[in-house]
Amino acid sequence: MAQHLKSSSKSILLNILRHNIGFSSPSHASRHLRHNLPHGPLTTRLSPNPITRYCNTMVDTLSSIGSHEDTNSQVMDFPGGKVAFTPEIHFISESNEERVPCYRVLDDNGQQLTNSQFVPVSKEIAVKMYSDMVTLQMMDNIFYEAQRQGRLSFYATAFGEEAINIASAAALSPDDVIFPQYREPGVLLWRGFTLQEFANQCFGNKSDYGKGRQMPVHYGSNKLNYFTVSATIATQLPNAVGAAYSLKMDEKDACAVTFFGDGGSSEGDFHAALNFAAVMEAPVLFICRNNGWAISTPTSDQFRSDGVVVKGRAYGIRSIRVDGNDALAMYSAVHEAREMAIREHRPILIEALTYRVGHHSTSDDSTRYRSADEIEWWNKARNPLSRFRTWVESNGWWSDEAESDLRSKIKKEMLEAIRVAEKTEKPNLNHMFSDVYDVPPLNLREQELLVRQAIKSHPQDYPSDVPL
Amino acid sequence: MLAEDASFTVTHVHPMRTLDGITLPHVLRFLRFVTLPGKKKMAARIHGGAGAGAATALSTFNPKKLVAPSRTNLPAARSSKRCIVAAAGSDASKSLRVGHSQKLIANAAVATKAETSATTGTGHELLLFEALQEGLEEEMDRDPRVCVMGEDVGHYGGSYKVTKGLADKFGDLRVLDTPICENAFTGMGIGAAMTGLRPVIEGMNMGFLLLAFNQISNNCGMLHYTSGGQFTIPVVIRGPGGVGRQLGAEHSQRLESYFQSIPGIQMVACSTPYNAKGLMKAAIRSENPVILFEHVLLYNLKEKIPDEEYICNLEEAEMVRPGEHITILTYSRMRYHVMQAAKTLVNKGYDPEVIDIRSLKPFDLYTIGNSVKKTHRVLIVEECMRTGGIGASLTAAINENFHDYLDAPVMCLSSQDVPTPYAGTLEEWTVVQPAQIVTAVEQLCQ
Repeated sequence: MAQHLKSSSKSILLNILRHNIGFSSPSHASRHLRHNLPHGPLTTRLSPNPITRYCNTMVDTLSSIGSHEDTNSQVMDFPGGKVAFTPEIHFISESNEERVPCYRVLDDNGQQLTNSQFVPVSKEIAVKMYSDMVTLQMMDNIFYEAQRQGRLSFYATAFGEEAINIASAAALSPDDVIFPQYREPGVLLWRGFTLQEFANQCFGNKSDYGKGRQMPVHYGSNKLNYFTVSATIATQLPNAVGAAYSLKMDEKDACAVTFFGDGGSSEGDFHAALNFAAVMEAPVLFICRNNGWAISTPTSDQFRSDGVVVKGRAYGIRSIRVDGNDALAMYSAVHEAREMAIREHRPILIEALTYRVGHHSTSDDSTRYRSADEIEWWNKARNPLSRFRTWVESNGWWSDEAESDLRSKIKKEMLEAIRVAEKTEKPNLNHMFSDVYDVPPLNLREQELLVRQAIKSHPQDYPSDVPL
Repeated sequence: MLAEDASFTVTHVHPMRTLDGITLPHVLRFLRFVTLPGKKKMAARIHGGAGAGAATALSTFNPKKLVAPSRTNLPAARSSKRCIVAAAGSDASKSLRVGHSQKLIANAAVATKAETSATTGTGHELLLFEALQEGLEEEMDRDPRVCVMGEDVGHYGGSYKVTKGLADKFGDLRVLDTPICENAFTGMGIGAAMTGLRPVIEGMNMGFLLLAFNQISNNCGMLHYTSGGQFTIPVVIRGPGGVGRQLGAEHSQRLESYFQSIPGIQMVACSTPYNAKGLMKAAIRSENPVILFEHVLLYNLKEKIPDEEYICNLEEAEMVRPGEHITILTYSRMRYHVMQAAKTLVNKGYDPEVIDIRSLKPFDLYTIGNSVKKTHRVLIVEECMRTGGIGASLTAAINENFHDYLDAPVMCLSSQDVPTPYAGTLEEWTVVQPAQIVTAVEQLCQ
């Protein structure tokens, strides 16, 4: 029966193909060729599967498509490349037997692994990386407490993900444009955003670059090439592809970098953006912070694939899985990925495995859906700060004294920043209506008048600290 | 009063705020003619530049001969331009700002001289989709940051041929074919715009842009505001919409209803080759995100448009036919149904004022208001559905702002709240027909 199945199905397939393609002339074929393609070699790889399949790894083939069937080799000539036939009915397994291994440089205790490959880091960079990780952690702590005390309306911490934040920022150049989700303030911190500027945005005062229009942690800075956080999940991924396309058109030595979580990888925009980036050959880094939880949804309820890294191949994108709590590994991975992205005009997917030690945000209490032990274990045993600190100290670049100096300095700075931000005036009422368009149209001008009239006639119903 | 067959065109700048106010003259061309009482001639033949009143005539215009498009059944609306003198038009004189128009006056003066020999004057004839393409091409020539992205816009030239030839001229990168994901390529356009490009995003059909609603609403409309003005998003999102010729319910959507609430975007609808090119250019030059609504059935309209460069004001309505008895507000394809009804109405002795509102967000309440104050009766004719359409918002705006000037309630003719049926006869009756417009006017003017 199998024999019968083989030959008839093959001929059916061929007939369908002949019928559907409907073209064979080179002019039609050229539609599928993009004229700006780098003419790289056509790579073929044997899969390790015992039933050998010859697969093209390049989506566009440069050989003649639509050229006459070669009856000797019996391949399916298809828009997209040649595909070999197989007489065996074989389904590709839903997962590999082994999961994709995770790249790391330091072990759990911060000791450098033997034979580890990594990009060397100078003392300056290493010390700045560690200091910024400490600063990020303390900033998160203090802002979180401020929210609990009622001084801030909202906050979202990045506990446990300091290495991802800082190390990736350290490996990038200031010209690389960042499209964050909302758990990456460390990138801004690395680039020079001051604690005062963070506080201003969280308090929504008139010094906030966002003019008080967004929730706390929705930072943005065009100076530092960090695009304003848009709370919608994964919408920044296609934006990043567009920015990469723009950088490519301008031939800049820079790439677009975008961050998202394990939950974000379920959104349609993730799949579309990866597909687009691959087709457009856009220099963009997709960095997934797989921290195990999307609010209360664990990854087992988010996807059934081997994490996010395997999805890269589905779109023709080079991918790597990294230990997100290992600062050196993150640094090296992002560094290498950036080189590849810019030099070869290709997107790269990086899955950084980590753990969300904090709650999703101040509106969440994660002990309701996960054990406090689990959180505690990740906080202590796999802590990115302590691991990196061990390595930095082993090089003689850090000490206990430096640590306590740093911590007291940051604490002072933070408290001062909060004090000043709290006291600073809120933005003027006209900022409710400005920047909706470049020039306010008639209807907005009218509406502003109405609001002002209402405030004038009922001043007791409106907050007194908003300047008019 | 000008002689009957003299033309008088005014190039002026509208007093309303200009979005791109720095260097570019925003031009609105009014076309006004003269009729002597008692004469009922249709489409008068126009000579150029004659008559004393033509002192301010800047260039001539042939009567709009709307050639029937290749598709059957487009109402044979030869918009008869009834002739009324414009010299004393209140809006026209108020809003004439010579300063801005200097550049175009100079150009047009040359043109005027050329055609006193009573030839048909300068200008070239083309179809609406070609006008869009011309506008797009001119802007791409002018500014290297302008790029196009969408499905099949490259070598295929676009499903309605608006981008024909552009990929050959500007390359694959500037005229980008994307995979099928409207949300993704709209998001891409937004990201590119934030980094300095000026993308023109094409939705193959407006209905497909429903998939891009997330990006349009949350990112396109909002990011300029929430970033505190740090990032601008000068994108143009365009595509054909409206009820076509048996395209089925999913391909006959009127997205202007759904998009009109989104803060931060502007919406314009083109209806003639002249304003199609003008609006396309203005939209590209605008710093705000603009959604340009085209109509599937209007792509083959033919008109003669000027050779010299011009753009149309994005927030301005177009006076199609001045009148005294009633104000008819419309846009896009319904303009032609209205003009056909106007023919009948004039025969019956009515004098409707027809305004193509063009700017769907924000409304040009200045022009509309002046008209309401003159006629005291308003009829809105739209293709949107009754519930939550442009007509609904316009009715509310007129009632709020011009209540005292109305002698009758604002009437709005819209499509029914049904998905557009495929059957041709049913489809025809979901769209407002000229006969209904005539009845409505008669009712309002009792």
